[in-house]
Amino acid sequence: MNLKKLVIEPLRKANPVTVLVLGICSCLAVTAKLKPALVMGLSVTVVTAFSNLIISLLRKGIPSRIRIIVQLVVVATLVILIDQFLKAFAYDVSKQLSVYVGLIITNCIIMGRLEAFALSHGPVESFFDGLGNGFGYSLILIIVAFFRELFGSGTLLGYQVIPQSFYDAGYQNNGLMILPPMALIIVGIVIWIRDAGRRDVRHET
Amino acid sequence: MKRLENWFENHEPKGRWSWLGSTYEAFHTFAFTPKTVTTSGCHVRDAVDLKRAMITVVIALIPAMLFGMWNIGYQSLHAGFWQNFWFGFIRMLPMIAVSYIVGLVIEFTFAQIRHHQVNEGYLVTGFLIPMIVPVTTPLWQLAIAVAFAVIIGKEVFGGTGMNFMNPALVARAFLFFAYPTRMSGDNVWIANDLWGTDGVVGATPLAELAAGMKPSASALDMFIGTIPGSTCETSVVAILIGAAILLVTGIASWRIMLSVIIGGGLMGLVFNQLPTANCQLSTYFEIPFYYHYLMGGFMFGAVFMATDPVTAAQTNIGKWIYGLLIGIFAVMLRVINPAYPEGMMLSILLMNCFAPLIDHCVVALNIRRRKRR
Repeated sequence: MNLKKLVIEPLRKANPVTVLVLGICSCLAVTAKLKPALVMGLSVTVVTAFSNLIISLLRKGIPSRIRIIVQLVVVATLVILIDQFLKAFAYDVSKQLSVYVGLIITNCIIMGRLEAFALSHGPVESFFDGLGNGFGYSLILIIVAFFRELFGSGTLLGYQVIPQSFYDAGYQNNGLMILPPMALIIVGIVIWIRDAGRRDVRHET
Repeated sequence: MKRLENWFENHEPKGRWSWLGSTYEAFHTFAFTPKTVTTSGCHVRDAVDLKRAMITVVIALIPAMLFGMWNIGYQSLHAGFWQNFWFGFIRMLPMIAVSYIVGLVIEFTFAQIRHHQVNEGYLVTGFLIPMIVPVTTPLWQLAIAVAFAVIIGKEVFGGTGMNFMNPALVARAFLFFAYPTRMSGDNVWIANDLWGTDGVVGATPLAELAAGMKPSASALDMFIGTIPGSTCETSVVAILIGAAILLVTGIASWRIMLSVIIGGGLMGLVFNQLPTANCQLSTYFEIPFYYHYLMGGFMFGAVFMATDPVTAAQTNIGKWIYGLLIGIFAVMLRVINPAYPEGMMLSILLMNCFAPLIDHCVVALNIRRRKRR
């Protein structure tokens, strides 16, 4: 199978968030600021890629009746590694993300890729598939976090972007952008814009 | 007029202008009754079509609007009648203009893209939005709120008649959560910038109660409406005139209005009975139940918002349940949660979400009862 296609396709055509609508919960929780969203996206990408790789290597030896338990053990191990790594080298971000790093275990994208792809494909393909889906998830996270931080706090990655003269002229940060419902609405708008240009999902009236 | 009508008849867009069809249709039917008639089948038509129903609501809103304009001037200037009214008129006009221009541009754009006819629903929504916000709301914030309400509150669900939440209240809720400093507090209710009296601030009766004080205005003042508050919802008298117009013409449901009022009163009476000896909000628990009708947007919500035929419950029993719960939740939010001094907006939005469920249960119960017979 074409490795490039495995990485490119989940970015748009088979995006785990906007097409499969998986991983929404963390998308609402960590996207109020851009920095935690970046770290979260990176963490999920690493976990998806390596759990895909490991499960794919083990796939011939796993009895199918206990495969979920085995997958969970692998994913949980990787998540704990990531959690400890963040605590050691990026303590403030890990505090901002709080429980959501641990909750990567329950991220539907990971289990979905293990079940749907890694159990039936070779290790190299599985690794790239995991990378692609992680990037697809990160892409949506970054888009949502970009708009939420820009309009909610007037900053990007913590730097002031909207100049002070705007505030002096009466501009105000949008408090609704900080609240989780707005993340859901932005994801909805992203899906809307994406689908508007697609022939295969359009319903002619 | 005849010449304009003829112009409309002879200039139906064809050929390369045909994409403008729905805009043409909207202006034509707004100005005249078109000569085109249906040619086949039999049709039962009521004289009160959507346009007429909407314009009746706008007429019912006019007393509250006029009083609101006078009250804006009165709160800020305390001058003569015409001076007060002129000041309020100048303040309200840009807000109405922004609401209509932004909302209608979005409505026309969507109708054009989807090849629909332009619906009349926005005539009322656009009139309501400037009436329920504080007079000092910046126009750009109003424009964003209108855009949000029309796009997210209405058009994504398919336009007029498909929305499950009242778009005017969606606009207000957006402002309330997005720009809380401009929607509550003591210095947003009175126009004291732009050649108004400088430095005049005033708390609404609801804010005073939430702070644990007794309202400084008398019940009569609150009934007539000479108190600070959102632009056009302070006067119970003007709203009752509007309610009479809506009820006589049969546009709004009397069941909903009555049940909202009963629900709010009941909850007020319940709070009166609760022991509140050492409670911080004891004054709020102890005020007479009819004060809840006089303060804030309770009556405005009961008469103009809860009765919105699209978002309210459709069955008669459902309307009673829907209205009672709106009243109960509105007073409960006011009294128990001091973070939200006004509970009417949130309780109507909440019950809008539940209205389809209420209807479903009423219909299902009715079917079951009749099967048993």
